[in-house]
Amino acid sequence: MSADFYNEMYDSTGTLRPHYRAFAEWLATMPVERLERKRVEADTAFHRVGITFAVYGEESGTERLIPFDIIPRVIPAAEWQSLQAGLWQRVKALNAFLNDIYHEQAILKSGRIPSEQVLDNAQFRPEMIGIDVPSDIYAHIAGVDIVRAGAGKSYVLEDNLRVPSGVSYMIEDRKMMMRLFPELFSRQMIAPVQHYPDMLLENLRTVAPKGVTDPTVVLLTPGAYNSAYFEHTFLAQQMGIELVEGRDLFVKDETVFMRTTQGPQRVDVIYRRLDDDFLDPLVFNKDSMLGVPGLLAAYRAGHVTLANAIGTGVADDKSIYPYVPEMIRFYLGEEPKLNNVPTWMLRKPDDLKYVLSHLPELVVKEVHGAGGYGMLVGPASSKSEIEEFRTRILASPEKYIAQPTLALSNCPTFVEAGIAPRHLDLRPFVLSGKCGIRMVPGGLTRVALREGSLVVNSSQGGGTKDTWVLEN
Amino acid sequence: MLSRTADHLYWMARYTERAENLARLLDVSYQMSLVPQSVASRNENWRAILALNSLEAAFAENYREVNVESVLRFMVSDSANPSSIFNCLRAARENAHAVRGTMTAEMWESVNATWIELRQQNFEHILARGISEFFDWVKLRSAVTRGVTFGTMLKDDALHFIRLGGLLERGDNTARILDMQYHILRQNDDEGASDFYRWGALLRSLSAFQVYRKVYRDAITPGRVAELLILREDLPRSLHACADGIVRMLQLVANKASAETVRQAGVLHARLHFARIEDVLAGGLHEYLTDFMDRIFELGDGVSRDFLVPG
Repeated sequence: MSADFYNEMYDSTGTLRPHYRAFAEWLATMPVERLERKRVEADTAFHRVGITFAVYGEESGTERLIPFDIIPRVIPAAEWQSLQAGLWQRVKALNAFLNDIYHEQAILKSGRIPSEQVLDNAQFRPEMIGIDVPSDIYAHIAGVDIVRAGAGKSYVLEDNLRVPSGVSYMIEDRKMMMRLFPELFSRQMIAPVQHYPDMLLENLRTVAPKGVTDPTVVLLTPGAYNSAYFEHTFLAQQMGIELVEGRDLFVKDETVFMRTTQGPQRVDVIYRRLDDDFLDPLVFNKDSMLGVPGLLAAYRAGHVTLANAIGTGVADDKSIYPYVPEMIRFYLGEEPKLNNVPTWMLRKPDDLKYVLSHLPELVVKEVHGAGGYGMLVGPASSKSEIEEFRTRILASPEKYIAQPTLALSNCPTFVEAGIAPRHLDLRPFVLSGKCGIRMVPGGLTRVALREGSLVVNSSQGGGTKDTWVLEN
Repeated sequence: MLSRTADHLYWMARYTERAENLARLLDVSYQMSLVPQSVASRNENWRAILALNSLEAAFAENYREVNVESVLRFMVSDSANPSSIFNCLRAARENAHAVRGTMTAEMWESVNATWIELRQQNFEHILARGISEFFDWVKLRSAVTRGVTFGTMLKDDALHFIRLGGLLERGDNTARILDMQYHILRQNDDEGASDFYRWGALLRSLSAFQVYRKVYRDAITPGRVAELLILREDLPRSLHACADGIVRMLQLVANKASAETVRQAGVLHARLHFARIEDVLAGGLHEYLTDFMDRIFELGDGVSRDFLVPG
């Protein structure tokens, strides 16, 4: 056990943490061969069911499995309770922020956030100003990335408020664990997560346009070549709603319809898994073949709800991230329950100067980047990689932020060499609707399978683990 | 249901059925080529298979000689041939993949497993194991997928469009197989005993050999074979049975735009239902089958226009 990192299973003296006791006792009775066999079984099953994702930048149509690790990540009940309270608070504030900047802009007027940071942000959508959305909810689905670092303190790494993905793996990982090791689930009370799609559908139905009592909800996908297509089909099927592409929809009289075998049918709520830019070629990206011409007009008229709303990207942008604690104080009058990672904003000359002289220790991220693309992990990079990144930063410093390299916690993981610690994070999914905020206990645990790696993104060779929140 | 979803399901079914019937056609051709005959006449039969699918030009691009091995390779596993079994099953899988959420998990897994297993065998493997075993495998996988479809799907429009696609394709394919084999067999009218094997092979390829025995309890004659495969409404692969199913499915999915297509299907059905084999043969079987295939093509066009790709 490395002493430099917080280990989820053992404390610094090498003693088993109490919430892992039942699992560790069971593991001790398991021969490695059986684990290996179970891992092969899991791989085969995932392939057969076709739980794959596409990798960008490789041969088109490449489908890969996301590696699944059979050692779960366990979270004790009390810890989950406080995490949950922090997530509710944070998402509530983020929604309040979005509602504010597209209406009164009180937070900008108060000077808590420099106006230009919001109004000049590429993710700020002037088209949204003055539009009222049902229940003032913008981010109906949020995937908040949480890491544990140092001696065990939790931090929010980023708030994903556009089209967060990964929830299907949370559910499939649980199904797989129950199939491989049913005996584990009778040994202790593990909070269920498989009802997430029900909860999501209920949530989407509550935000239907005014006057619609039995809304038709659809899921809008960019199509079969999108990296998260499996998840789109999975969720649509689980919720029993149509999985539509842009070409299946059309707008007439500021109302959205889908083309069915029985003629046009009205659509009330669109759970869209398509970025803002592609939604409506009449307003955003003109070349988009994926969207629906006239969709924004129907949206502005209040005839259809988009979840998430247009323009949420401005709230999860890395340049806005440092202000989230301030939002919580401003809108809720509370102190933040979850920690932000200290962040240098390279548009500030002092921050830039400090970061440029400490690049080998820091993580530098593109403000608009996502998916682990376009970032520098200083300690894991060569001199020439660092110098190359320095040139990019100097060319446009405002495009970057920097953070200390967090000593992410790790958890025993079944890898080639046997069981060894690997770094991980957690993405809980937070649902906001008319009836408040809801979530299933846990989330998606992502694990960096390469030894020493701190990047958990599936596009960068990360895997997943089942996440257990223990019930008291 | 969503038109695009119906379109994918419909084509998934068509390609699955097409692959199966291609296996049936190639199998009967292969069986017949084992009957003693001249090399020239044997190769002529393989040429007819290419002609049947209008593939002579595509074949000539990559192959020099028409013979049993080259045509089988081209029709079974050549990815450059859009009509090969390989590409039919790929297209079936791609269509299923696009709408996998609308079918039961078992169904998707069945279509996907067929594709995964197919990809693992190249033509040399297939030949080494015996080509007929491969054809049996294609038929079996098609049967499994069909069984899972009937056994697990809700009886709603999704199932109706799957059946509609399968029936239109099957009607067309049965007509094609019969047209080609009938033509070849009539040419070799005087070969005596070998005819029994040839007609027997044709019946077997359409799973109708035992049925023939049961129905006629008599020697195999061309007229009865035609009657069985065209007019018997209780033989699942006959033209009449396909037309029956097409009419029923179209009535189930009918919408405001589909009246004309429903009417055309009714005409097609009536022409089979009230026909006599003597009249069919007197007018020329080839002409009759060509007319049938044209009508099936028109119906497919109508289905696309009315339901699948509405303007």
